[in-house]
This record gives sequence, structure tokens and C-alpha cells, in this order.
Amino acid sequence: MGGQEAGPICDEQHDFSLWEKRVDALMILCSSKGYFTVDGLRRALEDMGEDAFETMTYYERWIASINQNLIESGAYTIEELGAKMADVQARGETYGEASLG
Amino acid sequence: MPHDHHDHLSPSGHPYRKDDDTPISYWQSMEIAVRELLVEKEITTFEEISAQIEKMDARSPAIGAAVVARAWIDPEFKARLLENGSTATADLGFDVGPMHLIALENTADTHNIVVCTLCSCYPRNLLGLPPDWYKSRAYRSRTVKEPRKVLSEFGVTLPQSTQIRVHDSTADMRYVVIPARPIGSEALDEAELAKLVTRDSMIGTGLALTPNA
Amino acid sequence: MMTPISEDKVLNAGTKVRIRSIMPPGHVRAPSYLRGKSGVIERAIAPFPNPEQLAYGLPAKNQMLYRVRFSAAEIWGKAAEKPDDVIEAEVYAHWIDELDTVDAT
Repeated sequence: MGGQEAGPICDEQHDFSLWEKRVDALMILCSSKGYFTVDGLRRALEDMGEDAFETMTYYERWIASINQNLIESGAYTIEELGAKMADVQARGETYGEASLG
Repeated sequence: MPHDHHDHLSPSGHPYRKDDDTPISYWQSMEIAVRELLVEKEITTFEEISAQIEKMDARSPAIGAAVVARAWIDPEFKARLLENGSTATADLGFDVGPMHLIALENTADTHNIVVCTLCSCYPRNLLGLPPDWYKSRAYRSRTVKEPRKVLSEFGVTLPQSTQIRVHDSTADMRYVVIPARPIGSEALDEAELAKLVTRDSMIGTGLALTPNA
Repeated sequence: MMTPISEDKVLNAGTKVRIRSIMPPGHVRAPSYLRGKSGVIERAIAPFPNPEQLAYGLPAKNQMLYRVRFSAAEIWGKAAEKPDDVIEAEVYAHWIDELDTVDAT
């Protein structure tokens, strides 16, 4: 990315929402426990390609990468993830309703 | 259907933010699923996740500002900070974890500015989470090539005689800039000095504030 | 003429180096805008596990990590805002070739 053409720097700032903070915490905890490294996080982020930078938010890209790394490290299986996501989506229409924890 | 969200408290006991009332996104459902699977597999616990969030929330540029203020008043400390940023910061009682920190001193003829062109590496254990612009394509792309133009967009214009040093945080080290101590701050104590040290001045996109400006 | 640096050699500050210009796919840790560019070692930091192996969950061999200093003119040529402004970046040993100080070729 260094040296490429790009527009002005936008100084807008948003507070991180709870779900974003949770993504951040999962990264720190899983890497400190040896499930993957920040390098693995970066690798999966890069593999998403340039499009992901335009279509996904920062922590959306992060959770996608964290999930990719956790599946690769065997923390859980794709089947388990699929079943759990269906379960989560059936709980309610909002993040607050769907999130237990 | 009306919802009463007052009983929806996060594990830390704080109310959820408003955005929890908007329709859940695909990626949010993935976050919930990943988090719950990790708890079910006993890789982590909900309590540990909440504790990590609180630990991160407690980190802010105020920590870095305290380190800079000490460096301004204590040349011996500044020398140690420049020698090894991590141990010097830990000596002040701040837990920076495993972070490897390099401090960069701005002088009359040198201005340092930090960017990560490969991702968004940031001294988060010293300054908290990075501002959005630090992670933006624009900042990451342009800073290594046109730092003076980028600085001007932040309201900083440096003389041509000042050498700019752009630090690309590409690997294991993290960087904090020690801004130049402002003129007119001679009489201030350490706590008052710390208030002059902005987040941006420690990234290099700003200067320390001028007293009573 | 360039000399690949041997594994147990640590380059001193001031050594002239060039970043390798290969462009492999996948996760690499040398920014592309620095590849093929010449600079000097600012300092040798310490050995760290090779992130290009860590990124794929592989056993990682330690590689010396350096800070390398480049002039804006070297990297951007005439497009540089000010030729003697400086860019410093961390680069692992396996991306660095030492430039011979006496270059006979």
C-alpha cells in the first residue's frame, strides 16, 4: 500500500462498539494462547484482496481473519461454526438479542 | 415489536451501545458464534474476554503523555527511553506487555512520523487503540511518499530545513514519538506538561500543544 | 555486486544494503515500495521468528531484524517531496543483500 495514490485523510472518529471490542479481545486472547499469530491474522487479511478493504469494515475483516486462522489451527470445525451461526441468527433480529455472553 | 433493552447489560455491567439495536450483521453473528465456540471449547471464558476489553479500554494516550512528560523533565530517563522504550516505560510502572517499543525524539532539525503501510501496527499498549485515520488506506499509502502534504492536512507545516523521518512500522517494533517540548513550558510541572502531549504528537502527525494557547 | 548475508553474520549500523526485488505471492514482510532500493542499516534490532513462516502456522526460524534507512530520493526519485527526507523500515535479514563497499563491477 505504501506510496500508492489515495485521497485526503479523513479525520472522523467513531467509538468502538462492543462487538468490535470483543473481536479485538478475541484476537489478543487467541494469539496469546498460541492458536495463531498476528502474522496469521495479517496473512488472511491480505488474502481477502483489495475489494475487502472497500466492502468490509476494519473489525469485519478482523473477525473473518480470526475465524480463518482458528479453523486452520483446529480450534473448531467449519460444521460447528455453521451450526452455531445459524443458532445465533435464529435468536433475534439485533446484536443485543442474539448475543448471550 | 417494542423492545426493552434496559435489562441487556454486558458482562462488565455496562449497557450495550445503541448499535446493538440495529439488525444483526453477518459478521456480528460470526463474532458471537466464534466467541461462544471458544468458550464451549474452554479456550477462553466470557469473563476473560470482558477483562481483556476492560484492560484495553484502560489504555489511552494519557499513558504515553505521562512517559513523554517524564522524558522532558528528566534527561536521564529520556536517555533510557531512547535506549530501550519498553523497559523504560515499564520502569515508570506502566504495563506495556510484550510490546517492543522504540522512542523517537523530535529535535529542532528532525521530525519523526509513524505509519504502518502493511497493516495498522500501533503502540496500543501505550496509547490505546489507534484512531480510524491511522488505519485508513489514505494515511497508509501517502505518508511514506508525501509526508509533508499529509502533515499539512493535519495542520502541521515544517520548514524545509527540518528533516522528516518516516518510520514504517513493518514488523515487531512499535514506535512512539517524543515531541519537542514547547516554548513557554519551562515553569510547568510534570502533570501540567503531560496535558500538552496529544495523541497525534506521539504519532508524529501533530506537535505538542503550546501552554495557554 | 551483491553478497547475500550469511545466517550468523550481523550487519553493523552504516552497512550499505539493498532490499531484494523478488515479488513472490503470499504473505511477505518487505513492503513492495522498498524492494530493489538501497539504504543503510540504521541498527540491528534482534532476531525474531520469521513472520512469513508464522503467518502460515509453520515452525519459524529466527531471522535478524534490522531497521534500514532510505533517502526519499532513493525511493521516489524526482517525485520525492524533499530528497533528503528519510524513510526507515524494519526488514528481516532474508530480504537484505549487503552491497560491497568496493564495487569493482
